[in-house]
Amino acid sequence: MSHATVPVKRPDSLSAARLPRWSPWAIAIGSVAAGCAIGLGAGLDSRIQWGLIAALLFVGVTYALGAKVEGRRQAKDRVATSLVWVAFILAVIPLASLVYETVARGIKVLDVYFLTHSMGFVTSYEPGGGIYHAILGTLEQVGLATLISVPIGLLTAIYLVEYGRGKLAKAVTFFVDVMTGIPSIVAGLFILSFWILILGFGYSGFAGSMALSILMIPVVVRSTEEMLKLVPNELREASLALGVPKWRTILKVVLPTSIGGITTGVMLAVARIAGETAPVLLLVFGNPLINGNPFSGPQASLPLYIYDQYAKSGGSQAAYDRAWAAALVLIAFIMILNLVARGIARWKAPKSGR
Amino acid sequence: MDIATQPPAPPAPADRPTPAEQKRAARGATRPGDRVFLGLSRGSGILLLAIMAAIAIFLTYRASLVLSKNEGNFLTTFEWNATATPPVFGIAVLAFGTIVTSIIAMLIAVPVSVGIALFITHYAPKKLGGPIAYVIDLLAAVPSIVYGLWGALFLVPHLEGLFGWLDDYFGWTGIFAWQGGAPRTLLTVGILLAIMILPIITNVSREVFRQAPQMHQEAALALGATRWEVIRMSVIPFGRSGVISASMLGLGRALGETMAVATVLSPDFLIHASLLDPGGGTFAQNIAAKFSEANDQGRDALIASGLVLFVITLLVNGAARLIIARRKEYSGANA
Repeated sequence: MSHATVPVKRPDSLSAARLPRWSPWAIAIGSVAAGCAIGLGAGLDSRIQWGLIAALLFVGVTYALGAKVEGRRQAKDRVATSLVWVAFILAVIPLASLVYETVARGIKVLDVYFLTHSMGFVTSYEPGGGIYHAILGTLEQVGLATLISVPIGLLTAIYLVEYGRGKLAKAVTFFVDVMTGIPSIVAGLFILSFWILILGFGYSGFAGSMALSILMIPVVVRSTEEMLKLVPNELREASLALGVPKWRTILKVVLPTSIGGITTGVMLAVARIAGETAPVLLLVFGNPLINGNPFSGPQASLPLYIYDQYAKSGGSQAAYDRAWAAALVLIAFIMILNLVARGIARWKAPKSGR
Repeated sequence: MDIATQPPAPPAPADRPTPAEQKRAARGATRPGDRVFLGLSRGSGILLLAIMAAIAIFLTYRASLVLSKNEGNFLTTFEWNATATPPVFGIAVLAFGTIVTSIIAMLIAVPVSVGIALFITHYAPKKLGGPIAYVIDLLAAVPSIVYGLWGALFLVPHLEGLFGWLDDYFGWTGIFAWQGGAPRTLLTVGILLAIMILPIITNVSREVFRQAPQMHQEAALALGATRWEVIRMSVIPFGRSGVISASMLGLGRALGETMAVATVLSPDFLIHASLLDPGGGTFAQNIAAKFSEANDQGRDALIASGLVLFVITLLVNGAARLIIARRKEYSGANA
C-alpha cells in the first residue's frame, strides 16, 4: 500500500451499519442476568429453566437487534453463529465433566498399594484391595490380541495395496469396513459359540484375546492401508528396477518407509481394544485372584474390574472408589498410548506427505 | 581390456528363455519368495472373509438350536425366560429399547456434532480449532465402561431436575410422564449414548467439512454472502453425504453399545409408554445382564438375539460404507 496514512477501516463497515464487536458478549451477559432474574422472580426452582430462558432471550435479542441494525441476512448469520457456539458448549460440558469426575474421584484411593495388590480375600464392600491382577490380565490379553492381529492385519493391508486387484480385493475392502462396525458383544458371542460352546474350552484370557483381535484386525488393516498408500511409487519402482524381488521390495523399502504410521495405527488399535468390556465379560469371566496364565482359567481385566466393582458391590462407597480409581488408570493408559502414537506419527511422518 | 576385445560369444541355445518363461518373468511372480509372500498376504485377506462368514454361520447354528425349542414367538413375546424348559423368549422389548435409545441418541448427537464440526472448521479462532479437534479425538478413545460409570454415578442423579421439568411441562403427552423413580430409563440411556457417539460423528463430519472446496467458499464470500450463507450454500451441500455416513457410523456404535447401557439402565421386560419410566432393555445390554445366570440353552437364546443385532449393525454399517464409497475422495479410515 502506498497510502500508509489512510486510516484502516474495517472492510465490513464499508456500506452497512454493524453492531459493535462486543455486542454478543453484552447480549449474553444481559440474557443470563435476565434469565436468573426471571427464574428467581417467578420462583422456578430448576436451573435448566433458567438456562433455557437465558438461551431463548439471547437468540431472540440477537436476532432482533441484528435485524434492526444490520438487516435480516446478517441477523440470521448471528443466530447461526450463536447456535454453533451453543452446540460446542453443550458438548464440552459433559465431556469435561467426565474427565473431571474420573480424575477427582479416582485419585482418592489410587496409590502404590492399589497398583500392586489384587482383590484376593477383600470382599467388595470393604476398603482395600487393588488392581494388580486386573492390570496383569489386561496387558496379557491385549498383548496376545496384538500378536494375533498385527501379522494378519499387516499382510491383509499389503495384499490390498500391493497386490489387490479384482473381486477378492474389493470384497476384502468392503468387509474390513463392515467388520470395523461389529459390536464388541457380537465378537464375544462368536468366540463363545465356537470356542467355548462347540469346542468345549473353558473361560480364559486367550478366548478374550481372540474376540479382541476380531475387533482389532480391521483397525490395523485400515490404518496400515492408508500408510502404505502414502509411500511414493518412485521408491517401489527404483527398487524393482534394480532387480530386487517384489517381496523384498515390500519388506525392505515399503514397510520401513511407512513404519512410523503403521506403529501409530497399531497403538491406536491397542488403545481401542484395551477398554473393551463386553467380550471380556463373556469370555474371560473375571477373577479376584492373580492368574498369570492367559491360557487357562478365568482372568481379571481392568474394564471388567470397573464393571464388577460398580455392579456387584451392592452400592458400597469403597467399591465405587475402587471403580473410579481403576477407570482413572485405564483412561491414563489409553491416553498415554494415544499421545505416544500421535507423537510417533508426527515424528516419523513420510517426508513427501507435507 | 581383455574382455572388450573378444567377440561376444553367441548365447547357447539352452540358455535363451523360452517365450513362456519370458512371460512369467515379466509378471514378476516367478521367484519362490514372491509366491510365498503373495500367498501369505492373499491368505490373510481370505482369512478375514472366512472370519466374517464364520461369525454368521456359528451364530446362526447356535441360534437355530434354541429357536426350534422356543415356546414363545421370537419376534413378539414380551418375556425372556430362556433357561426354563421349555424356553420362552422374544426380542420385542429389546428391539423397541434398542431403536428408541438409538433414535434419541441420534436426535441429540447429530445436530450438536455438526455444530461442533462447523465450530472447529469455520467458527473457532484458528489457534483454538486444532487443539479442540485433538481433544475430541482423544475423547473418542475413552472406553465405554468409563462412560457407563460416569453415567450411572454422575449423570443419573443430575438428570432428576430435567426429568421433573419434562414431567411438569410435557407430562401430558404421556411420553414424558414421570413417576419419580431413579432416572435409569431409556431416555437416560439415549442421552448417554448421544454423549458417547458425539466425538465419532464430530470427527468424521469435521474431516468432510474441511475438504469443502475453498474456491466455492471464497466465491460465495466475494459475492457478499455472510458466513452462514457460505456454509449453507457451499459447505453443507458438499458435506451432506459425509455427515449422513458419519451419523450411520455413530448409529452403528449406539446400536451395539453394551456396557454403558448395562450400567445405567434398570431393565425389565415391558414396553413403557413413557420414556421416563425405568425399564425396557437393549439387545447388547440384555446379553451382558443375562449372561452370568444363563445355562447353555440360555446362552444360545442370547446368541440368537446377538445374531439379530449383528444383522442390524451389518446393514447399517454396510449402508454407511456404500455412501462413503460413492465419494471416493473421502476415505473413512479414521472413523
